[in-house]
Amino acid sequence: MGEGTALGRVRGLGPAHHGSHHWLLQRFTAAGNLLTVGFLAFSFLFLPDLSYESVRAWVGGALPALALALMIVSVFWHARLGLQVMLEDYVHGANRFAAILVLNLAAFAGAAAGLLFLAQIMINTEVSQAVTGLQNQLGPL
Amino acid sequence: MAERPLSPHLSIWKWGPAMLVSILHRVSGDGLALVGLPVLLWWLGALASGPAAYETFTWYATTIPGYVVLVGLSWAFFNHFASGIRHFVLDIGAGYAVDANNRWSVATTAGGIVLTAAFWAALLLV
Repeated sequence: MGEGTALGRVRGLGPAHHGSHHWLLQRFTAAGNLLTVGFLAFSFLFLPDLSYESVRAWVGGALPALALALMIVSVFWHARLGLQVMLEDYVHGANRFAAILVLNLAAFAGAAAGLLFLAQIMINTEVSQAVTGLQNQLGPL
Repeated sequence: MAERPLSPHLSIWKWGPAMLVSILHRVSGDGLALVGLPVLLWWLGALASGPAAYETFTWYATTIPGYVVLVGLSWAFFNHFASGIRHFVLDIGAGYAVDANNRWSVATTAGGIVLTAAFWAALLLV
C-alpha cells in the first residue's frame, strides 16, 4: 500500500488521522483573537472612563456585545488548543489524558460563563435604559 | 526519565533570539490562558453582577499587585500578538534565513514591550 498523496495526508488521511485540523484551528482562532481582543484594547483607550456605568453601557450595546461574544468563543478555543500543546509536551501517560479532559471541561465552562455574563450585562443595560426612559416621561420614580 | 541518550536540552544550546521569542510565545500564551482568562471572567462577572461587585474588582485591580498583574497580562497579550504575527510570516515560508530570523525575533520581542508601554501611556496619560 502506498502512502497516498501529499494532499491526502494534509486532509487528515495520513497515519495520524488528524491532518492539520488542530494547527489550522489554532491559526483561525489566532486571527479571531487579533481582531476581537484588539477591538477590546482599543475600546479601553477610547472609552470616556472605566467606571461601572460607562463600561456597562458600552459592553451592553449590541455591537460591542457581539464583538465580545465572538472574542470569548475565539480566546477560549485558542487557549484550549494552546494549553493542549503545552500539556502534550510536559505531561505524560494517564495524567495527560486526565489533564486534557479537565482542560476541555474548563474551556467550555469558561466560555459558557463568559457568554452568560454578557447576556446578563445586556439585560441590565436594557432595564437601565427602560427605567431612564420612564423617568424622562413620568418624572422621578 | 528513560535510560537512553536524550537530545540536547536547554543547558547545551547557545542562546539566540529565535529561542527567546519561542519561549516567550509559550510563556505569554499560557499566562494569558491560565491568568488572563480568569481575570476576564472576573471582570465580566463583576460587570454583570452590579456596581458593588465592579467596585470590588476595580479595588483589587488598582492595588499595586493588581497593576502588576494587569501590566503583565497586557505585556503577555502584546508579546503573544507580535510573535503570533511572526508565526504567520513563518507559516508562509518566509523569514528563515538566519540574519532575517534573528532580526525579526528581536523586533518581535521589543515590539511587545513597546506596544505594552504605548498602551499604558495612552490609557493613563492621554
